[in-house]
Amino acid sequence: MSDKTVLFDKHLEYKGKIVDFAGWQMPVNYGSQVDEHHQVRNDAGMFDVSHMVILDLHKATEAGDIKALLQRLLANDVAKLTENGKALYSCMLNPEGGVIDDLIVYYMTDDWYRIVVNAGTAAKDLAWFNQHADDFGVSVKARDDLAMIAVQGPHAREKAFEVLPLDVVEAATPLERFFGADCGEWFVGRTGYTGEDGFEIMVPDSEAPALWDKLAGAGVKPCGLGARDTLRLEAGMNLYGSDMTEETSPLISGLGWTIAWLPEDRDFIGRSIIEKEKADGVRQKIVGLILEERGVLRSHQKVVVEHDGKQLEGEITSGSFSPSLQKSIALARVPIEIGDFCGVEIRGKILKARVVKPVFVRDGKAV
Amino acid sequence: MSEVPLELKYTKSHEWLRVEDDGLVTVGISDHAQELLGDLVFVELPETGTEFVAGDECCVVESVKAASDVYMPISGEIVEINEALVDEPEIINSSPYDSGWLFKVQPSAEEIEDLMDADAYQAEIAE
Repeated sequence: MSDKTVLFDKHLEYKGKIVDFAGWQMPVNYGSQVDEHHQVRNDAGMFDVSHMVILDLHKATEAGDIKALLQRLLANDVAKLTENGKALYSCMLNPEGGVIDDLIVYYMTDDWYRIVVNAGTAAKDLAWFNQHADDFGVSVKARDDLAMIAVQGPHAREKAFEVLPLDVVEAATPLERFFGADCGEWFVGRTGYTGEDGFEIMVPDSEAPALWDKLAGAGVKPCGLGARDTLRLEAGMNLYGSDMTEETSPLISGLGWTIAWLPEDRDFIGRSIIEKEKADGVRQKIVGLILEERGVLRSHQKVVVEHDGKQLEGEITSGSFSPSLQKSIALARVPIEIGDFCGVEIRGKILKARVVKPVFVRDGKAV
Repeated sequence: MSEVPLELKYTKSHEWLRVEDDGLVTVGISDHAQELLGDLVFVELPETGTEFVAGDECCVVESVKAASDVYMPISGEIVEINEALVDEPEIINSSPYDSGWLFKVQPSAEEIEDLMDADAYQAEIAE
């Protein structure tokens, strides 16, 4: 039996096609995932992301230290967060250096950090936080009372401002990218998972369905998880469970940039293992692939790399058809020896793909 | 509700068949199938002249979401393929029973009458 978000009835009303995703009944599209993709790249779309879990961290004791807890649990360093509302993207590693989850943490005050984690990993994340929180005098609360709607696209901002409560508009207006602001029980982050500008709006469950209707009325069209996946893939953003897992280190998952190695004495969980991995020399990396022939790249397809007369192998971690580029694209974990081209095995045939940086589209433009 | 034209034959794997006046059989995928797949972006058609036995994988249709095999519903030889789908696979979404046909077969056996009629297929997809 899977869960429903508070917007489930709205998805049915707006003719969403429902699928099971990470234990949630979610809309994969409302008709055409390609149309929804273009809607976000060219105008404004919205996604129900209420299945993702919001965690609020507060001090449980006078001496409680949220910052110290997060410096222990996260591979990126929350010490970078010096301004109120600033957000940081980070991996949370297990002691073996694998990725437990990727998340966004907002620094609100010294007594309040807000974290957003993936739906499929929320239970283990919460257990992991709780396992360590006591030692640092921190309480962790899952905000199941909040829904979350992501409004994304070049016109998302102006269209959302037409219908958001005035005090929320006031709080959201000055936000720079990757900042969040609270406004009573509402919260707005200038963040997203599409490569477009926009907001992720957290709203009390009871007010979410009305907000959905108002946004739709302002021309922010409902978009499903299908479009969300092609948008994030074009933007070169990793998907947990596909591009990185508990079995892969961030160094071979295109996430090396999110690790804060300095200060050297910050002992975050997993550090010793990935530090050794780095010192020994990382042998794989994530690249972008653009298929030069007809076909569609899919996860788990084999990548073939010719190097020094030898044949090396890699694997596609996320692949699809890119509606913006009208070509098939992928993220792939490959040997570092890879050159400008490689082969991909599709149904027994080797097709040619071009190797690019793992980002294809940003702010509506091909990269 | 998916459209299920009365005059066609159907398979459990969601292919449809139409017997043409010249005895050839046109094959495509049903409205229900294209709805399940979503936006189609790639079709790998069989080569004309290839002979297949009923049940063979003979064609692949891919949507943004997933790849799906098309199975040969009857035994026979491929005599014509719908080349328009190579550049515009989305025709299958907009017109699954008409301009979105996949290929034409010269049947080599009397198998078509054993396939489902519209009522049976309607019941099949309603389950």
